[in-house]
Amino acid sequence: MAMVECRRLRKIYRQGKLEVVALDGIDLAIGKGEFAALAGPSGSGKTTLLNLIGGLDRPDAGEIRLQNQLLNDLDQSQLAELRLRQIGFVFQSFNLIPVLTALENVEFILLLQGVAAGERRERARTILDDVGLQGLHGRRPAELSGGQQQRVAVARAIASDPAIVLADEPTANLDSKTGQGLLELMKEMNEKKQVTFIFSTHDRMVMDYARRLILLHDGRIAEDRAKAGK
Amino acid sequence: MLFQLAWRNLWRNPKRTLILLTAVVIGVWAMIVIGALMRGISSQMLRHGIATLTGHVQIHAPGYRADPVVENSIPAAAPVTARLAALLPAGTRWAPRIRVAAIAGNARHSAGVTLVGIDPAAEKGVSFIGAAVTEGAYLPSEGEGGLLIGRALADRFGTGLGKKLVLMSQDSERGIASRAFRITGLFRAELEATEKEFVFVTLPEAAAMLKLGAGISEISLLLPSDGLASEAADRLRQSLAGEALEISTWQELLPMIRGVLELYDGVIFVWFLVIFIAMGFGIVNTFLMAVLERLREFGLLKALGMRPSGIVGQVLAESLLLLLTGQALGSAFGFLSYRGLARNGIDLSAVAEGLEYVGMTRIIFPVLLPRDVATANLVVFLLGLLVSLYPAVKAGRVTPVQALSSV
Repeated sequence: MAMVECRRLRKIYRQGKLEVVALDGIDLAIGKGEFAALAGPSGSGKTTLLNLIGGLDRPDAGEIRLQNQLLNDLDQSQLAELRLRQIGFVFQSFNLIPVLTALENVEFILLLQGVAAGERRERARTILDDVGLQGLHGRRPAELSGGQQQRVAVARAIASDPAIVLADEPTANLDSKTGQGLLELMKEMNEKKQVTFIFSTHDRMVMDYARRLILLHDGRIAEDRAKAGK
Repeated sequence: MLFQLAWRNLWRNPKRTLILLTAVVIGVWAMIVIGALMRGISSQMLRHGIATLTGHVQIHAPGYRADPVVENSIPAAAPVTARLAALLPAGTRWAPRIRVAAIAGNARHSAGVTLVGIDPAAEKGVSFIGAAVTEGAYLPSEGEGGLLIGRALADRFGTGLGKKLVLMSQDSERGIASRAFRITGLFRAELEATEKEFVFVTLPEAAAMLKLGAGISEISLLLPSDGLASEAADRLRQSLAGEALEISTWQELLPMIRGVLELYDGVIFVWFLVIFIAMGFGIVNTFLMAVLERLREFGLLKALGMRPSGIVGQVLAESLLLLLTGQALGSAFGFLSYRGLARNGIDLSAVAEGLEYVGMTRIIFPVLLPRDVATANLVVFLLGLLVSLYPAVKAGRVTPVQALSSV
């Protein structure tokens, strides 16, 4: 069973009378435990596809399923619940709530899930230690480096035991060394916890790490191949 | 944790939060203090009205209120007063009086006054006069009494203690009753008009002058509290039904003061609303700015799975904390100000003449009613949350895709 399945997915953005076809009949299936990258030039539809898979946006046509559940049928409230329980997000920037510490940022998602205070604190601590942030639990985002902030975002994304983690250009604002460290971390989480990762990226290094590369061009899949990851 | 988040969010922009907090504090403070002053004014008008010979309940012969002449007198006080103790709450005091219109005159001046014959001992606990004599002596309970007049009347007549004043009225046989009294005491009252209006003699001397025998004009009752008047009057009406007596409460005897008290209830509430409207604009504006600045953050929260209602709740929690903090501080400052003002009152002697026209006293003592404090806080709390709904709903409507792609 595919973790994510897209069939003839189509998304059009309208700007006045102008119609921009962002996705044009995407057929795609991503299995459990994959470490896949959506790559392509700006405007090719990477982020749009990621948003549709994550239930942040709705397609104009076609079907999208997550763990065999058809997302097209869900209302906003059900989509919110789906994002909370089954999807972890890592964005390019502005990932964290500025007034909360690293620990509280991770705890927050567990709070929304209704996890009891003691358990969520314990789980958040363990995960932050797992991503290499020992001793930084009490720092607020402004007191952390860009790489550390992204590690907190990864910790938060996997804290809720999601089926899938969607990362939108996670290394875009990081230097190459920090970016590599972050990719190593995500790879480790992927291998250790069998979490499915899908990235949108134009970063060569991310593509190198991916074990599957899906190249998009003008809203269509130009190439989709499995490869050896770094 | 949600309230912790809300509290920290509030202090992201300390200057802005402090300004808004100050507005709420001043608003609540002004509601409480000005409300207490208004209550003080109305309460003193009532106190003064009741003390100036009205009491809480009065008993008259039928027709006396419409035409207060000696013919409309109660034939004898004793049969009525003998029954009062059993009918009225403990602590009630009463005093029989003769009260008629009269003319006071001396060699150079004359003026219309109200001649009041009192039982000096009984009157002491019922009306102001028992404690109002500032020069000379109060009327004696036994033996030949004198005459008490107000300081203002004495000044107007150019007279004083030991001098004579002639009082002239109509007696019960419709003849002219006239008698000279020696002034034995001068009294002061809150209002100059009271000092000019009333002159007091003992009940036996008034009765003798007016040929009233045992007759009296009224019995004035002072109950342990203002709120008991209607209940006490009803009981008297039932029990004294066969006696041809008319029972009136202070609300009936002082319709203007009753009207003012009712008006003040409305005025205080309108005052609360006016202050809130000014405050409400500040709250909406500030929270709207705070929300617009944080659209990306709300988008992130939604992307993470927070429902729109959760975001609305988050913004309302911030508003709630701000309002509660402002209310607590505003109420505390309001209470401290009230305590300060209640010690000596606010002296309005400079404008006393103007105030007399509306029956206000010279020194205003604020009265803080728990009901007013609760209303002020409830108005700020409920309306504050209500106006915060607009920015909160705006935040709740943010879509993650728009918000996260907006920078």
